[in-house]
Amino acid sequence: MRLLLREAFAAFRRAPLLSALSITTIGFSLYAVGLFALVAVNMKEALRLVEQRVEVVAYLLHGTPPESIALASQDIAAFPEVERVTFVSEDEALKRARAELVEFRDAYRDLAVNPLPASLEISLKDGYRDADHTAAVAARLKGYGFIDDVRYGREWIEKLDRLRNIAGLVGLMIGLAFAAVAVVIIGVTIRLTVLQRAREIQVMRLVGATHGFIRGPFLLEGAIKGLLGGLVAIALSYGTYTLLRGQIQLATSDIVFLRSSQVALGVCFGVAIGFLGSLMSVERHLRNV
Amino acid sequence: MIRFAHVSKDYPKGAALKNVSLHVAKGEFVFLTGHSGAGKSTILKMMYGELRPSAGDVRVSGYSIGDLSAGDVPKLRRRLGVVFQDFRLLEDRTAEENVAFALEVTGARRDGIPARVMRVLTQVGLAAKAHAYPQELSGGEQQRVAIARALVLDPAILIADEPTGNLDERATRGVFQLIREINAAGTCVVMATHDLDLVKQTTYRTIELREGQIVYDSGAEAGAAAAEDDL
Repeated sequence: MRLLLREAFAAFRRAPLLSALSITTIGFSLYAVGLFALVAVNMKEALRLVEQRVEVVAYLLHGTPPESIALASQDIAAFPEVERVTFVSEDEALKRARAELVEFRDAYRDLAVNPLPASLEISLKDGYRDADHTAAVAARLKGYGFIDDVRYGREWIEKLDRLRNIAGLVGLMIGLAFAAVAVVIIGVTIRLTVLQRAREIQVMRLVGATHGFIRGPFLLEGAIKGLLGGLVAIALSYGTYTLLRGQIQLATSDIVFLRSSQVALGVCFGVAIGFLGSLMSVERHLRNV
Repeated sequence: MIRFAHVSKDYPKGAALKNVSLHVAKGEFVFLTGHSGAGKSTILKMMYGELRPSAGDVRVSGYSIGDLSAGDVPKLRRRLGVVFQDFRLLEDRTAEENVAFALEVTGARRDGIPARVMRVLTQVGLAAKAHAYPQELSGGEQQRVAIARALVLDPAILIADEPTGNLDERATRGVFQLIREINAAGTCVVMATHDLDLVKQTTYRTIELREGQIVYDSGAEAGAAAAEDDL
């Protein structure tokens, strides 16, 4: 075990330039993946912020008894898709209209009778804010006799749906492509370092070292390089994030960084490629001296 | 110690060995001679388990090479020492570290390594250059380090593939003398060489190969008789 560690670390000492080069290569390959992940995560976040505005508004007939409204509100709140039901009275609607529609402030001020209907504003749970679920909720709302009209911006939600699907598909494909490129580049880098030590493997085989013994230091070295490369990539990605934060705004909030679980996954990815890349390269040398 | 019985080795391009049979007894010194491509290296590679016979049976130090499992190869090699024309030293390690490497990677006890390394370096006459790197050593000295590395595991057989092929005359004499001493101490030696002057200097058994076949064996009968009881 001690020899394993000693040999693995000695490799860095004996070939510092090559080691630094391979760690940098792994780092930058994973950085590309990290940057992409950063873009993907923020696009998703932006979509989520936009989605939060998906809302179904049910306009009530004038003179609907408050008890019916209260009862229906409870009913609607119990729909599986529904997150929250907010009752907006006629007076409140007018107050809002006066505040928000500045141009019509004067017109609204002089009204003898309030022309605006009361309404129920229904926001949907995460995962139900797509065209199908929204339409289903709207259809059910229309079943209530005192609900006059239901609005939810069908076209807008359908566009959002399409955007979400495209973003998901494109994201997946580009993500896989980036990951594949990283795997290839890292694989080649690791193979280069193993190749540089082909003579060592040859001598080990010749004097009767077991395959397990020969593999050990290389696998450890590969995993360490993957780990360090992963950390370099995280540092670079975080640096980029810090630079961009404040420059780019999502709908209402700042851009976000990867979650710690995603960061950990990225580093594990580096370690795994380092390990597997070494394993494959060493096996080739073990097969033919 | 070593027995080849009707051994052939076929490659897509043609046969490298054709029906070769030979016995090498414990403690014997055997020269393998012949032109390049005659099959010398093929025979040596079979001895240390790098190649397997296409037909026939090869036994080395109790192992049947044709049936060697992946786990048996390291065990066989720990009983052999192998040296090459190109030394195959690790350039980034000193003479001492090159020799110690063989012990370290075969799991020898760490506290015994320095003494064992010094013993063989003294034996090959390089104790004073233990800390030199290969590029600081002459060709003859590098081959001595390679021999020390082969010896440090106390092999029963030393396999030498053109060990003097890259050396000048003086270095050749020194290295050959060293190999003779190793043999005199009881280690069986199989040495492939082009150098007929070396062969003529001694009365050691000589096996000449031509196109994958043995065309001359100066000690076939003696070898066969001796091999009967030590396999």
